[in-house]
Amino acid sequence: MATTLRAGTRETAGGRRRRSHGRGARRPNWLGGAAGWLWLLIVIVPIYWIVITSFKTQSNYFLTNPFAPPTEPTLENYRLVIENDFIRYFVNSAIVTLGAVVPAVLVSFMAAYAIVRAADDRRMLRWVNSLFLMGLAIPLQAAIIPVYLIVIRLHMYDTLAAIILPSIAFAIPLSVLVLSNFIRDVPKELFDSMRVDGASEWSTLRHLAFPLTRPALVTVGIYDGLFIWNGFLLPLILTQSPNQRTLPLALWTFQGQYGVNVPAVLASVLLTALPILALYVLGRRQLLSGLTAGFSR
Amino acid sequence: MALPALLVFVAFAVVPLVGVLLLSFTSWDGIGVIRPAGFASWRSVLTDPGLPHALWVTFVVMALSWAVQTPLSLLLGVFLAGHQRYREFLAVLFVIPLLLSSAAIAITYKALLDPNFGLGAGLHLPLLTQDWLGEPTLAMAVIIFVVSWQYIPFHTLIYQGAVRQIPRSMYEAAMLDGAGRVRMFFSITLPQLKYTIITSSTLMVVGSLVFFDLIFVLTEGGPGDATRVLALDMYKVGFQANLMGQASGIAVILVVLGLGLALLLRRIGGGGSSASQLEGL
Repeated sequence: MATTLRAGTRETAGGRRRRSHGRGARRPNWLGGAAGWLWLLIVIVPIYWIVITSFKTQSNYFLTNPFAPPTEPTLENYRLVIENDFIRYFVNSAIVTLGAVVPAVLVSFMAAYAIVRAADDRRMLRWVNSLFLMGLAIPLQAAIIPVYLIVIRLHMYDTLAAIILPSIAFAIPLSVLVLSNFIRDVPKELFDSMRVDGASEWSTLRHLAFPLTRPALVTVGIYDGLFIWNGFLLPLILTQSPNQRTLPLALWTFQGQYGVNVPAVLASVLLTALPILALYVLGRRQLLSGLTAGFSR
Repeated sequence: MALPALLVFVAFAVVPLVGVLLLSFTSWDGIGVIRPAGFASWRSVLTDPGLPHALWVTFVVMALSWAVQTPLSLLLGVFLAGHQRYREFLAVLFVIPLLLSSAAIAITYKALLDPNFGLGAGLHLPLLTQDWLGEPTLAMAVIIFVVSWQYIPFHTLIYQGAVRQIPRSMYEAAMLDGAGRVRMFFSITLPQLKYTIITSSTLMVVGSLVFFDLIFVLTEGGPGDATRVLALDMYKVGFQANLMGQASGIAVILVVLGLGLALLLRRIGGGGSSASQLEGL
């Protein structure tokens, strides 16, 4: 995993390897090329369809060729979506995502630091570490009924906090795994010299580990954020009233209501994906390394 | 310092996991009192003909989505490992499906495949104008397609990263020996990717156990029960039929299956490859 991130940086570091990939250069890879361009079509055609259709009027949609751009583009669909409280759902999603990602990354970072620093001498922390590793295998779906029970008992049913707390819990295992691998890469001598200078563990955490692992913190934050922003099951089970809805759930109810109005439904889809697409354009490398962090070797 | 993380994790992940086992020995309608029920819930779970059906559907989704995704991701990953500029551009576009929520993807395909208002009707193509989600076989095919559409990019990224780490000297040596592209793929690339294939397959197989959002929005398990996978079965038994004890039993089966499959694939891979991940995908 650290290798993924490093591979990412190496590539940015000047593109010097760009031309070096002459593997089997004598003959082009026809099969790969065909698959590549075909898959491009498969990916792009639905997305193109979403974008152009969302600007068509409903009557125009039924009359024109589905792949032709709108003859008279309209923002009517977007108006309808926004009038259906999508601003509120957007704010809810933002609250849930930020409210879960920031604490999740923070506590995971602290835990990862403690686990790495205490590597050999404290049995307790080794045990905590293996507990988190085991946690990687707990599927949210399988735990949802007791989570529902706990949320009811805490009188948190139908609040955004009900979505936030389990989201944090289920983000922790992978976050700790990725972050502890990063803290492990910090040279031991740096920690030793901090200790010689009389710095406490907290100040070592803040002034040494934090600045050095900042890229990893962003990566982990993006990864957690993507999954929480797109989360569907927790809001479905743990909330009920429309004003606690997050975007994926709102999309689903919106389709239930306006299913026939395809352009409006597609406008709602596009609108909810917009923040992530914007993030992708701005921070592609961070996002990609975030997506594969912990998986590639 | 590990304490805050530990507390949240135990409260909302470990306790629920233990809790689901305990709840499977109770009877609870989701609102009222929870009563101990011994093995009654388990008896109804295990004798319900819905269970073998859900297991079968889950297995079909798992096997087919693996069989479709693995060769394609492998091929695309090897292709995208090239550093040519246009391939990097393709890689940028390929990732987009991965960024969308399963709900958004399901809603899009539901609209796109609608026999009256979808793409087929608009293009007047009878081949595309089928009752995609109304026919058991077609609905299953649609699910496999949409799952692949969403997750092939992810596995392609994994393979791309792994292919780039294969030492170039191996290919150079093979080229000197006069090996062709196909020969190099089977003699170098594939063996070198062994652990990546196992990691990727583990993620696919174990991840497919918990497909919920996509199938829930796309077909809700229908038509009939044709696409009612285990996770969806659990949801319907628990939150629609209000039989939380039985639903907990199904959840326990899910956990056991997931762990069992992860361990099995790990053994096949000779162990040591990265930890299994159910969460997230």
